[in-house]
Amino acid sequence: MLVLAIDTSANASAALLESTDSTVTVAGSFTSSVGNDHSEVLSPAIESLLAQAGGRIPDAIAVGVGPGPFTGLRVGLATARTLGFVWGIGVHGVMSLDAVALDAVAQGPAGEFTVAIDARRKELYWARYDNTGVLVGGPYVTVAEELPAGPVYGAGGGLYAERLAAVGAEVVPGFESAHPGAVSLGTRAVRALASGQPLLGTEPLYLRESDAKVPAVMKGKLL
Amino acid sequence: MSLSAPLVLGIESSCDETGVGIVRGTELLVNAVASSMEEHVRFGGVIPEIASRAHLDAFVPTLESALKDAGVTLAEIDAIAVTSGPGLSGALMVGVSAAKALALATGKPLYAINHLVAHVGVGILDGGELPENLGALLVSGGHTEILQVNSLTSDVRLLGATIDDAAGEAYDKVARLLGLGYPGGPVIDRIAKEGDPKAIRFPRGLTLPKFVGTEENPGRHRHDFSFSGLKTAVARCVEQYQKRGEEVPVADIAASFQEAVVDVITSKAVRACRENGLTNLLLGGGVAANSRLRELLAARCASAGITLRVPPHSLCTDNGAMVAALGAQLVDDGVLPTGLGFSTDSGQPVSLISLAV
Repeated sequence: MLVLAIDTSANASAALLESTDSTVTVAGSFTSSVGNDHSEVLSPAIESLLAQAGGRIPDAIAVGVGPGPFTGLRVGLATARTLGFVWGIGVHGVMSLDAVALDAVAQGPAGEFTVAIDARRKELYWARYDNTGVLVGGPYVTVAEELPAGPVYGAGGGLYAERLAAVGAEVVPGFESAHPGAVSLGTRAVRALASGQPLLGTEPLYLRESDAKVPAVMKGKLL
Repeated sequence: MSLSAPLVLGIESSCDETGVGIVRGTELLVNAVASSMEEHVRFGGVIPEIASRAHLDAFVPTLESALKDAGVTLAEIDAIAVTSGPGLSGALMVGVSAAKALALATGKPLYAINHLVAHVGVGILDGGELPENLGALLVSGGHTEILQVNSLTSDVRLLGATIDDAAGEAYDKVARLLGLGYPGGPVIDRIAKEGDPKAIRFPRGLTLPKFVGTEENPGRHRHDFSFSGLKTAVARCVEQYQKRGEEVPVADIAASFQEAVVDVITSKAVRACRENGLTNLLLGGGVAANSRLRELLAARCASAGITLRVPPHSLCTDNGAMVAALGAQLVDDGVLPTGLGFSTDSGQPVSLISLAV
């Protein structure tokens, strides 16, 4: 089975994964080097990944549904939903932090751990996992001090290492700048599909409402 | 590729309307539009983040219904066109991302086109080929522009534009001040009919000689608009009544405000046409529905010997059919498609009718 994975919760990334009953092979992958070019680079990257794979149409799409900055996140979701519609294939949502969790599990954590990435506005998007990578809490968006004690994987940890240390949360070396990426996200999706575990829909996990405030005059107050 | 009646699918997401239209040459097949307007009502104006969220959810269903209603398949489409700007960045990116995915998955050529020129291009769907010596007046919640259209596909120039608020934005803000809700255009138009347009003399923006100059020696803002001062003048006026404990004469203020907007728009548009040899004028944008604007513009165009053309309302407001219509003209004229690598341009100038490869 050929799976196209897309994640735009951090830098734009895409990957083509070939899976059999027991193995997952990365046929090709792309990650943008900058964080603000999602809508420019994602489709051309997918086009060249498909061309490298001989123009085969994927059997399924896995897309990161966040949490992540809204505009970039929507680029991935709009792309995935539209590709799925045209090709007539399933589009499966994966919580983006799960991608970092998969990489964390490869390090053999002793117990529960936290994955955290930058949510801007001095906050973090984060979630809790058990040592096999199963989600046990979140995703949340809070300040660093709200994170539980214990190991923290992901760029959010690197960003607030001192504040996290103050509440007993330790940033794991090597993961200070780790972001969700399409290879890990796709791998997680392929394994879930193979073992019959449910994946998510493609609704974005914004975790925040728009900032807009209803103006006083709209509440019936003249001037 | 040059085709006489190309089948083109157009996508629009520059503000709060998610539009997918399909045309065959100059023939309109379908104009599917989903609007998030209801979600903006309580704010009294379009909230970009809310509009962007709505685009994401509306796109695929709107595409699906457009294809179904037009009775065409994606395989039959000759080209895809999408608005790349001007507009709200976050909103544009949803339509552009979807359009790129559509082009990628179908292998069809993709054109990144100018929203304002599309408002002009839509004219071909109602009355066929556009006339020579054409000007365009675009009035909406996001735009107020006068364009000179030498060639729809290769030469469009900006003669004048608002330097602050768009006319429709001024309507929304004044409606808020008067407690009339959102959107402001239709309600002010209705209430203005019960008021005296001469009750209060509101300022006509950028009409002083120092801005306008003369035909031989034009001022810096001869054909430009400004509505921000007008909105403030209305606010001060309302305050005066409230301070005196008097009832605010809402109908008279609405009528006088509307007269100020429409007077300056129509007089500047007609003057711009006259001085540039434009004998035809196309009106576009959501405010084209305004009854007083249509009435006064028709009268002033007639006096000046200018033939006025106003497409039906559903083609004047933001929609995908206009994007498809311009796309079909570009295909027809052999303009090369843009491809997948372009960026959205929230300030795309009218000189960029479609983005180069």
